[in-house]
Amino acid sequence: MEHSSLAGLIFRGVALTLIVLFFMFPIVWIFMMSFQNNDQILRIPPRILFEPTLSNYKALISGQLHTAAGNLQITFMRNLFNSVVLSSAAVALALLLGVPAAYAFARFKFRLGETIAFTLLSFRFAPPLLVLLPLSLYYQELGLNDTYFGIVWVYQLIALPLILWIVRGYFEDISPDIEHAYRLAGHSWWEAFTRIAVPLAGPGIAAAGLLSFIFCWNNFVFALILASADKQPVTVGALAFVTASGIQYGQIAAAIVLSVTPTLLLALYAQRYLVEGLSLGAVKG
Amino acid sequence: MARLDINSVSKAFGATRPADGLSLTVESGEIVAVFGPSGSGKTVLLRMIAGMFEPDDGDIQVGGRSIVGAAPERRGIGMAFQNFALFPHMTARDNIASGLRAKAGEVTARVAAISKLLKIEHVLGHTPRELSNGQKQRTALARALIGNPDVLLLDDPLRNVDAKLRYEMRLELPSLLRRGSAAVLYVTQDYREAMAIADRIAVLIDGRFAQIGTPDDIYAQPASVAVARLFGDPTINLAEVTPVAEHGALSVVVAGARTWLGSGVGVAPDGPCWLGVRPDDLVISSTPGDDAIPARILAVTPMYEKAVLLLRLADGTEWLAALPHDAPLGAADDAVFVRFAPDAAMLFDRATGLWIGLSHRRQAA
Repeated sequence: MEHSSLAGLIFRGVALTLIVLFFMFPIVWIFMMSFQNNDQILRIPPRILFEPTLSNYKALISGQLHTAAGNLQITFMRNLFNSVVLSSAAVALALLLGVPAAYAFARFKFRLGETIAFTLLSFRFAPPLLVLLPLSLYYQELGLNDTYFGIVWVYQLIALPLILWIVRGYFEDISPDIEHAYRLAGHSWWEAFTRIAVPLAGPGIAAAGLLSFIFCWNNFVFALILASADKQPVTVGALAFVTASGIQYGQIAAAIVLSVTPTLLLALYAQRYLVEGLSLGAVKG
Repeated sequence: MARLDINSVSKAFGATRPADGLSLTVESGEIVAVFGPSGSGKTVLLRMIAGMFEPDDGDIQVGGRSIVGAAPERRGIGMAFQNFALFPHMTARDNIASGLRAKAGEVTARVAAISKLLKIEHVLGHTPRELSNGQKQRTALARALIGNPDVLLLDDPLRNVDAKLRYEMRLELPSLLRRGSAAVLYVTQDYREAMAIADRIAVLIDGRFAQIGTPDDIYAQPASVAVARLFGDPTINLAEVTPVAEHGALSVVVAGARTWLGSGVGVAPDGPCWLGVRPDDLVISSTPGDDAIPARILAVTPMYEKAVLLLRLADGTEWLAALPHDAPLGAADDAVFVRFAPDAAMLFDRATGLWIGLSHRRQAA
């Protein structure tokens, strides 16, 4: 910054601190809650300083929930595992299908091309509840109810349009001449796609994959209706903490911390790829 | 060792026809420049040869075999793109080697040889982003040359490099391009570049070849007014004349001054014509005469090695004269007299703009 007067610096510092506080507060608060028991959490006024306890995490990992009304079996770790499996599989499938489709939409003009692309996007417009009833009837008939495959399939409604439209934009930004040059150098269409187009669209593919992973991970209604307990992800599993003897805030907080961790780690890892501007300098601007 | 044959190739995009019955043969080892104003269809022609689009009509052959419909990688073509089109995620070395399918040792040796020739050995480890425009252009050329293709296509390769490097490359390119005895098609918008590099020039205007010939032929005897206007800087001077024959000799009158074009020039008199005279062929003096066109200097533009004078002839026509900088120039508003040598004159049909005759003198720019 050229014009960094002292007042400007102070103002910037204050503004940044406020913004960070505003956005970080819920996360920090949840993190703190996860180390408190229900009594400490519901205390008024709340306190910043407290005696931390690991009982919430113990309960989640052991699967034994001790409440005033007695012991409960919970399947949180199973739910967490389900979430990882379902989201990863859904994103992997969506990438496998979506990246070539995005390339086709970006490179080739074909009959009804735009219509098909828009129809795929329109899956995102419809409220999921609208399609759930007919979907669950079909799933029962097809025997897809309560299967991993069934949920991965329905997650394509979330992941596929996102990947298709984000990655398409990245492919469109790559000069077709670069691929032509590679083909003239004696390589097939497939080689030009895998060695030129896909690596150059890499940051876009990573971003789209990450975003759709987060959307899949956070999905609630599809799995609520289409899966039973042993296939349900954490979002649905968290319902178990609303017990007969009250809401188990401590366990909910611990569950949130555990379930946010994988996406957070993934986001931090993928950040490098998101920021990297690989295609710069390819073609004279 | 194969020649490139383009046989009445046509291509339309909607209402525009960037290629309208193009025919051209490029022999092995020959460099043909495709020259034309922007939008005349030069790039479309190259892309049809390279296989990025297929012609609607006509045939393209390499070594007698049609390549229409063949996949780009099977056409035996090397191409250098105007925007370089280097692979941004590969080093210059990998860019150059991308077209080679050979043992690792041979690849290294060939990359070393071609990069030495193009003076880019020291930047082989860099990615395109770290290269200067000149180095990018040389890398792209090396990539096109290394596979010894039958046909080499260059799409205005000097467009995006600075003037100094363009001048150097103009000197180096002909020998580089002849190295592998490929049939070379060189697209450019700069007539000087075309004349400096090519054995023959194909002038492309609105999807048709207006003229195909050696640089000297096209400069001295352009096929039409349009071609004459494209070659030469400043552009050619034109005047409306009607040649008359007297005692077997032909003469034209420009702004009241009669110039004798000589006898036996093979031009029928009495047709309305355009007279064309290049600015370098005008002589300015202060002495009047029957053959001297009275004129007034409107402006003088010094251009180091020559000076360009904007003249208004007695009949109001504006002409340009290019004079050596040591010639007596005169100043703006001076009255002068303009003469031109009869063997520098060109005649074109007034209605069609097509070449009729004269300009026996042959001189490159």
